[in-house]
Amino acid sequence: MTELINYITVSLILVGIGVYGLIVKRNAIRMIFAIEIIANAANLNLVVFSRYLGDIQGQIFALFAIAIAAAEVAVGLAIIIIAYRLYKDIDVSEYKYLRG
Amino acid sequence: MADVAFIGLSVLTVGSAIFALESREIVYGAIALAISMLGIAGFFILLDSPFVAMFQIIVYVGAVAVLVIFIVMLVRTESLFSVDVDRGRRIAGLIFSLLMMVGIGVLLFSSLFSNAEFSPVMEKIVNKIGNEMLTYYSPVFILLGLTLAGSIIGALSLARREDSDHRDQMSPASPQYENLNLDKKNEEQEHA
Repeated sequence: MTELINYITVSLILVGIGVYGLIVKRNAIRMIFAIEIIANAANLNLVVFSRYLGDIQGQIFALFAIAIAAAEVAVGLAIIIIAYRLYKDIDVSEYKYLRG
Repeated sequence: MADVAFIGLSVLTVGSAIFALESREIVYGAIALAISMLGIAGFFILLDSPFVAMFQIIVYVGAVAVLVIFIVMLVRTESLFSVDVDRGRRIAGLIFSLLMMVGIGVLLFSSLFSNAEFSPVMEKIVNKIGNEMLTYYSPVFILLGLTLAGSIIGALSLARREDSDHRDQMSPASPQYENLNLDKKNEEQEHA
Protein backbone atom coordinates (compact mmCIF):
# COMPACT_ATOMS: atom_id res chain seq x y z
CA MET A 1 0.00 0.00 0.00
CA THR A 2 2.84 2.42 0.73
CA GLU A 3 3.41 3.27 -2.89
CA LEU A 4 4.48 6.44 -4.59
CA ILE A 5 0.96 7.78 -5.02
CA ASN A 6 0.15 7.62 -1.30
CA TYR A 7 3.08 9.83 -0.40
CA ILE A 8 2.27 12.26 -3.20
CA THR A 9 -1.32 12.43 -1.96
CA VAL A 10 -0.17 13.37 1.54
CA SER A 11 2.11 16.01 0.03
CA LEU A 12 -0.76 17.36 -2.08
CA ILE A 13 -3.02 17.63 0.98
CA LEU A 14 -0.28 19.53 2.84
CA VAL A 15 0.11 21.97 -0.06
CA GLY A 16 -3.66 22.49 -0.08
CA ILE A 17 -3.64 23.27 3.64
CA GLY A 18 -0.76 25.69 3.15
CA VAL A 19 -2.48 27.53 0.30
CA TYR A 20 -5.66 27.76 2.37
CA GLY A 21 -3.66 29.29 5.22
CA LEU A 22 -1.97 31.79 2.92
CA ILE A 23 -5.30 32.93 1.50
CA VAL A 24 -7.36 33.06 4.68
CA LYS A 25 -5.01 34.11 7.46
CA ARG A 26 -4.09 37.75 7.97
CA ASN A 27 -1.70 37.07 10.85
CA ALA A 28 1.92 37.36 9.67
CA ILE A 29 3.15 34.49 11.86
CA ARG A 30 0.37 32.21 10.64
CA MET A 31 1.36 33.04 7.07
CA ILE A 32 4.93 31.95 7.89
CA PHE A 33 3.44 28.70 9.26
CA ALA A 34 1.61 28.18 5.96
CA ILE A 35 4.79 28.82 3.95
CA GLU A 36 6.64 26.30 6.13
CA ILE A 37 3.94 23.67 5.55
CA ILE A 38 4.23 24.16 1.79
CA ALA A 39 8.05 23.92 1.95
CA ASN A 40 7.76 20.70 3.94
CA ALA A 41 5.41 19.22 1.36
CA ALA A 42 7.90 20.09 -1.38
CA ASN A 43 10.72 18.40 0.57
CA LEU A 44 8.57 15.30 1.04
CA ASN A 45 8.01 15.18 -2.72
CA LEU A 46 11.74 15.48 -3.41
CA VAL A 47 12.58 12.59 -1.09
CA VAL A 48 9.71 10.44 -2.39
CA PHE A 49 10.87 10.79 -5.98
CA SER A 50 14.48 10.17 -4.92
CA ARG A 51 13.29 6.88 -3.40
CA TYR A 52 11.20 6.10 -6.49
CA LEU A 53 14.04 6.66 -8.93
CA GLY A 54 16.70 5.07 -6.74
CA ASP A 55 18.78 8.23 -7.17
CA ILE A 56 20.51 10.19 -4.42
CA GLN A 57 20.13 13.62 -6.07
CA GLY A 58 16.63 14.23 -4.72
CA GLN A 59 17.81 13.83 -1.15
CA ILE A 60 20.66 16.28 -1.72
CA PHE A 61 18.18 18.78 -3.14
CA ALA A 62 15.98 18.27 -0.09
CA LEU A 63 18.96 18.97 2.19
CA PHE A 64 19.71 22.24 0.39
CA ALA A 65 16.03 23.19 0.45
CA ILE A 66 15.82 22.61 4.21
CA ALA A 67 18.85 24.86 4.80
CA ILE A 68 17.46 27.63 2.58
CA ALA A 69 14.08 27.41 4.33
CA ALA A 70 15.81 27.90 7.68
CA ALA A 71 17.48 31.08 6.37
CA GLU A 72 14.14 32.28 5.01
CA VAL A 73 12.42 31.81 8.36
CA ALA A 74 15.16 33.76 10.17
CA VAL A 75 14.83 36.77 7.83
CA GLY A 76 11.01 36.58 7.75
CA LEU A 77 10.74 36.59 11.52
CA ALA A 78 13.17 39.53 11.72
CA ILE A 79 10.92 41.46 9.30
CA ILE A 80 7.90 40.60 11.44
CA ILE A 81 9.72 41.94 14.52
CA ILE A 82 10.41 45.27 12.77
CA ALA A 83 6.84 45.55 11.52
CA TYR A 84 5.54 44.76 14.98
CA ARG A 85 7.78 47.48 16.42
CA LEU A 86 6.45 50.01 13.89
CA TYR A 87 2.76 49.11 13.93
CA LYS A 88 2.30 47.32 17.27
CA ASP A 89 0.42 44.65 15.35
CA ILE A 90 1.19 41.60 13.27
CA ASP A 91 -1.97 41.74 11.18
CA VAL A 92 -0.77 42.21 7.60
CA SER A 93 -3.84 44.25 6.65
CA GLU A 94 -2.58 46.88 9.12
CA TYR A 95 0.70 47.34 7.27
CA LYS A 96 -0.61 50.30 5.30
CA TYR A 97 2.69 51.92 4.42
CA LEU A 98 3.98 48.81 2.74
CA ARG A 99 1.37 49.14 0.00
CA GLY A 100 3.25 51.90 -1.79
CA MET B 1 3.52 -2.72 9.61
CA ALA B 2 4.68 -0.02 7.22
CA ASP B 3 1.05 0.63 6.31
CA VAL B 4 0.06 1.23 9.93
CA ALA B 5 3.03 3.58 10.39
CA PHE B 6 2.19 5.39 7.16
CA ILE B 7 -1.46 5.94 8.10
CA GLY B 8 -0.55 7.06 11.60
CA LEU B 9 2.07 9.49 10.32
CA SER B 10 -0.34 10.87 7.71
CA VAL B 11 -3.01 11.55 10.31
CA LEU B 12 -0.44 13.11 12.67
CA THR B 13 1.13 15.32 10.00
CA VAL B 14 -2.06 16.54 8.32
CA GLY B 15 -3.96 16.96 11.58
CA SER B 16 -1.26 19.00 13.27
CA ALA B 17 -0.78 21.08 10.10
CA ILE B 18 -4.47 21.99 10.23
CA PHE B 19 -4.24 22.67 13.96
CA ALA B 20 -1.20 24.91 13.39
CA LEU B 21 -3.31 27.19 11.21
CA GLU B 22 -6.62 26.97 13.08
CA SER B 23 -5.66 26.85 16.76
CA ARG B 24 -6.97 29.66 18.92
CA GLU B 25 -3.69 30.44 20.64
CA ILE B 26 -0.75 30.90 18.31
CA VAL B 27 1.68 29.28 20.79
CA TYR B 28 -0.16 25.98 20.46
CA GLY B 29 -0.09 26.53 16.71
CA ALA B 30 3.71 26.81 16.81
CA ILE B 31 3.98 23.57 18.80
CA ALA B 32 1.61 21.85 16.36
CA LEU B 33 3.81 23.01 13.49
CA ALA B 34 6.82 21.39 15.19
CA ILE B 35 4.85 18.14 15.54
CA SER B 36 3.89 18.30 11.87
CA MET B 37 7.57 18.66 10.96
CA LEU B 38 8.36 15.65 13.14
CA GLY B 39 5.75 13.72 11.15
CA ILE B 40 7.51 14.70 7.92
CA ALA B 41 10.77 13.42 9.43
CA GLY B 42 8.97 10.14 10.14
CA PHE B 43 7.99 9.94 6.47
CA PHE B 44 11.64 10.42 5.55
CA ILE B 45 12.58 7.47 7.77
CA LEU B 46 9.83 5.37 6.15
CA LEU B 47 11.35 6.30 2.79
CA ASP B 48 14.77 4.87 3.84
CA SER B 49 16.49 8.25 3.90
CA PRO B 50 17.60 8.58 7.55
CA PHE B 51 20.13 11.34 6.88
CA VAL B 52 17.50 13.75 5.56
CA ALA B 53 15.25 12.79 8.47
CA MET B 54 17.94 13.67 11.02
CA PHE B 55 18.66 16.93 9.17
CA GLN B 56 14.95 17.74 9.22
CA ILE B 57 14.73 17.12 12.97
CA ILE B 58 17.86 19.17 13.71
CA VAL B 59 16.97 22.13 11.51
CA TYR B 60 13.19 22.30 11.70
CA VAL B 61 12.27 20.90 15.09
CA GLY B 62 15.47 22.01 16.75
CA ALA B 63 16.07 25.47 15.27
CA VAL B 64 13.10 26.79 13.31
CA ALA B 65 10.37 25.72 15.72
CA VAL B 66 12.24 27.13 18.73
CA LEU B 67 12.83 30.40 16.84
CA VAL B 68 9.13 30.63 15.94
CA ILE B 69 8.06 29.95 19.53
CA PHE B 70 10.45 32.66 20.73
CA ILE B 71 9.02 35.20 18.28
CA VAL B 72 5.47 34.26 19.22
CA MET B 73 6.24 34.85 22.88
CA LEU B 74 7.93 38.16 22.00
CA VAL B 75 5.12 39.70 19.93
CA ARG B 76 2.27 38.32 21.99
CA THR B 77 -0.59 40.82 21.90
CA GLU B 78 -4.32 40.72 22.35
CA SER B 79 -4.83 40.76 18.61
CA LEU B 80 -3.20 37.35 18.39
CA PHE B 81 -6.10 35.73 20.18
CA SER B 82 -8.94 37.28 18.21
CA VAL B 83 -10.05 35.14 15.30
CA ASP B 84 -11.74 37.76 13.14
CA VAL B 85 -11.51 36.25 9.68
CA ASP B 86 -14.59 37.09 7.67
CA ARG B 87 -16.62 34.17 6.39
CA GLY B 88 -16.38 35.12 2.74
CA ARG B 89 -12.61 34.96 2.67
CA ARG B 90 -12.59 31.67 4.61
CA ILE B 91 -15.03 30.03 2.19
CA ALA B 92 -13.13 31.41 -0.81
CA GLY B 93 -9.84 30.03 0.51
CA LEU B 94 -11.44 26.65 1.24
CA ILE B 95 -12.96 26.42 -2.24
CA PHE B 96 -9.73 27.51 -3.93
CA SER B 97 -7.52 25.05 -2.09
CA LEU B 98 -10.02 22.19 -2.56
CA LEU B 99 -10.24 22.95 -6.28
CA MET B 100 -6.45 22.98 -6.53
CA MET B 101 -6.15 19.70 -4.62
CA VAL B 102 -8.85 18.00 -6.72
CA GLY B 103 -7.39 19.28 -9.97
CA ILE B 104 -3.83 18.16 -9.30
CA GLY B 105 -5.12 14.94 -7.72
CA VAL B 106 -7.14 14.02 -10.84
CA LEU B 107 -4.08 14.70 -12.97
CA LEU B 108 -1.87 12.58 -10.71
CA PHE B 109 -4.26 9.63 -10.44
CA SER B 110 -4.73 9.52 -14.19
CA SER B 111 -0.98 9.60 -14.80
CA LEU B 112 1.52 6.76 -14.82
CA PHE B 113 2.47 7.50 -11.22
CA SER B 114 -0.82 6.05 -9.98
CA ASN B 115 0.55 2.51 -9.90
CA ALA B 116 4.28 3.14 -9.82
CA GLU B 117 6.41 0.97 -7.54
CA PHE B 118 9.48 2.02 -5.62
CA SER B 119 12.89 0.92 -6.84
CA PRO B 120 14.99 -1.31 -4.55
CA VAL B 121 16.46 0.22 -1.41
CA MET B 122 19.67 2.17 -1.91
CA GLU B 123 22.71 1.24 0.13
CA LYS B 124 25.30 3.47 1.81
CA ILE B 125 23.15 6.55 1.42
CA VAL B 126 25.19 8.74 3.77
CA ASN B 127 28.41 7.86 1.93
CA LYS B 128 26.85 8.79 -1.38
CA ILE B 129 25.47 12.07 -0.05
CA GLY B 130 28.85 12.99 1.41
CA ASN B 131 30.64 12.17 -1.84
CA GLU B 132 28.24 14.21 -3.96
CA MET B 133 28.28 17.18 -1.60
CA LEU B 134 32.06 17.43 -1.51
CA THR B 135 32.67 16.80 -5.22
CA TYR B 136 29.94 17.76 -7.66
CA TYR B 137 27.98 20.02 -5.32
CA SER B 138 30.94 21.62 -3.55
CA PRO B 139 30.40 25.13 -5.05
CA VAL B 140 26.74 24.93 -4.02
CA PHE B 141 27.82 23.82 -0.57
CA ILE B 142 30.09 26.87 -0.17
CA LEU B 143 27.41 29.21 -1.53
CA LEU B 144 24.93 27.69 0.91
CA GLY B 145 27.24 28.46 3.80
CA LEU B 146 27.64 32.06 2.61
CA THR B 147 23.86 32.38 2.18
CA LEU B 148 23.23 31.14 5.71
CA ALA B 149 25.83 33.51 7.15
CA GLY B 150 24.38 36.40 5.15
CA SER B 151 20.85 35.68 6.26
CA ILE B 152 21.87 35.43 9.92
CA ILE B 153 23.77 38.74 9.71
CA GLY B 154 20.86 40.31 7.83
CA ALA B 155 18.33 39.11 10.39
CA LEU B 156 20.49 40.41 13.24
CA SER B 157 20.97 43.83 11.66
CA LEU B 158 17.27 44.06 10.74
CA ALA B 159 16.05 43.25 14.22
CA ARG B 160 18.61 45.42 15.99
CA ARG B 161 16.95 48.11 18.05
CA GLU B 162 18.24 51.55 17.20
CA ASP B 163 19.31 53.59 20.18
CA SER B 164 17.66 56.94 20.88
CA ASP B 165 20.43 59.00 19.28
CA HIS B 166 19.79 57.29 16.03
CA ARG B 167 16.07 57.97 16.21
CA ASP B 168 16.63 61.73 16.23
CA GLN B 169 18.07 61.54 12.76
CA MET B 170 14.87 60.14 11.32
CA SER B 171 12.66 62.77 9.76
CA PRO B 172 9.81 63.37 12.18
CA ALA B 173 7.48 64.50 9.40
CA SER B 174 7.24 61.16 7.67
CA PRO B 175 4.23 59.18 8.85
CA GLN B 176 6.18 55.94 9.04
CA TYR B 177 7.89 57.05 12.21
CA GLU B 178 4.79 58.25 14.02
CA ASN B 179 4.75 55.20 16.19
CA LEU B 180 8.45 55.46 16.91
CA ASN B 181 8.07 59.08 17.95
CA LEU B 182 5.11 58.16 20.12
CA ASP B 183 7.28 55.49 21.66
CA LYS B 184 9.97 58.00 22.35
CA LYS B 185 7.56 60.43 23.97
CA ASN B 186 6.21 57.66 26.16
CA GLU B 187 9.71 56.69 27.17
CA GLU B 188 10.57 60.28 27.98
CA GLN B 189 7.46 60.57 30.10
CA GLU B 190 8.37 57.41 31.90
CA HIS B 191 11.86 58.72 32.56
CA ALA B 192 10.47 62.02 33.80
